[in-house]
Amino acid sequence: MRERKQPSLPEGIMDVQPSSVRTGPALNRDIQTKIGQQLRAIYDDVVDQGVPDRFVELLRNLDREKGKGDRGDEDSTE
Amino acid sequence: MSRDPSVRDAMPVRDAMLAAVPSLRAFAISLSANVDRADDLVQETLLRAWANIDSFEPGTNMSAWLFTILRNLFRSEYRKRRREVADSDGSYADSMKTQPEQSSRVEFEEFREALAKLPGDQREALILVGASGFSYEEAAMICGCAVGTIKSRVNRARTRLAELLSIESIEDLGPDRELRAVFSGSSGS
Repeated sequence: MRERKQPSLPEGIMDVQPSSVRTGPALNRDIQTKIGQQLRAIYDDVVDQGVPDRFVELLRNLDREKGKGDRGDEDSTE
Repeated sequence: MSRDPSVRDAMPVRDAMLAAVPSLRAFAISLSANVDRADDLVQETLLRAWANIDSFEPGTNMSAWLFTILRNLFRSEYRKRRREVADSDGSYADSMKTQPEQSSRVEFEEFREALAKLPGDQREALILVGASGFSYEEAAMICGCAVGTIKSRVNRARTRLAELLSIESIEDLGPDRELRAVFSGSSGS
C-alpha cells in the first residue's frame, strides 16, 4: 500500500497517529468497497434502463434490410 | 445453420447486440459524460458492428467486441472534437432514472465528482473492470494495451479515488479536527 506522506504539520498533530486509529488497510478497505459499490451503482442505474426503443428499432430495420438484400449489398456503411 | 454461421444467423447476432446495449450505454455515458452523445455513440457502434459483422469471430465475446468498437469511435471523435460539450455536471444525474434519496444523493455526487477527476484512461480501465465486469485480459483487448497497463491503471484509479474520497468519509466519520487535518493534509495531490 501507499504510505502517507506527512506534510508539514504542527507538532501536536503528529501525536494523533492516525494509523493506530482508523486508517491504513482497514479504512482503505472500507473505501475500496465503497468505491466498488458506487461505481456499480452508477453503472447499473444506466444498465437497468434497458434497451431504449431507438435501438430496438434500429436493429430491427437492419435485420429487415439484411433479409431483403440477403448477402449482396451489406457493406454500404463503410 | 450450417451455411455460414458467422453471418447467416441474423437473429442471434441481433439478439446479442441488443443484449449488449444497456451495458454499452453505461460505458458510453462514462466516456462521453453526456447522455445524448452516448446514445449516438451506441448507435454508431451498432451500425459499424452490423456492417462489419464478418470480422466478428463467432464464439468470442460479442460484448467485448462491441465495446472495442465503441471505444475506438469515441477516441477518434474525441480527437476531432476535443470534447467541446463535456457537461460534467448533471450528465450522470440526468441519466439517473431513479433519484436516490438525499443522503446517498450527496454521496453519489461526491463520488461522481471524484470519478470525473481521474484521467480518462484510468477511469475507463476502472469502469471496464470494476463495473462492466470484464477481466483484465478483456479490458486490455478493448483498450488495445497490455494487461499490465490495465492493472496499473485500475490500481492508480482506485488509489486516487480513495484519496479523493477519504477526505469526505473522514468527515462523515466525524473524528477530531486534528485527525481530520492530518487526513486532508496527507491526501494533497
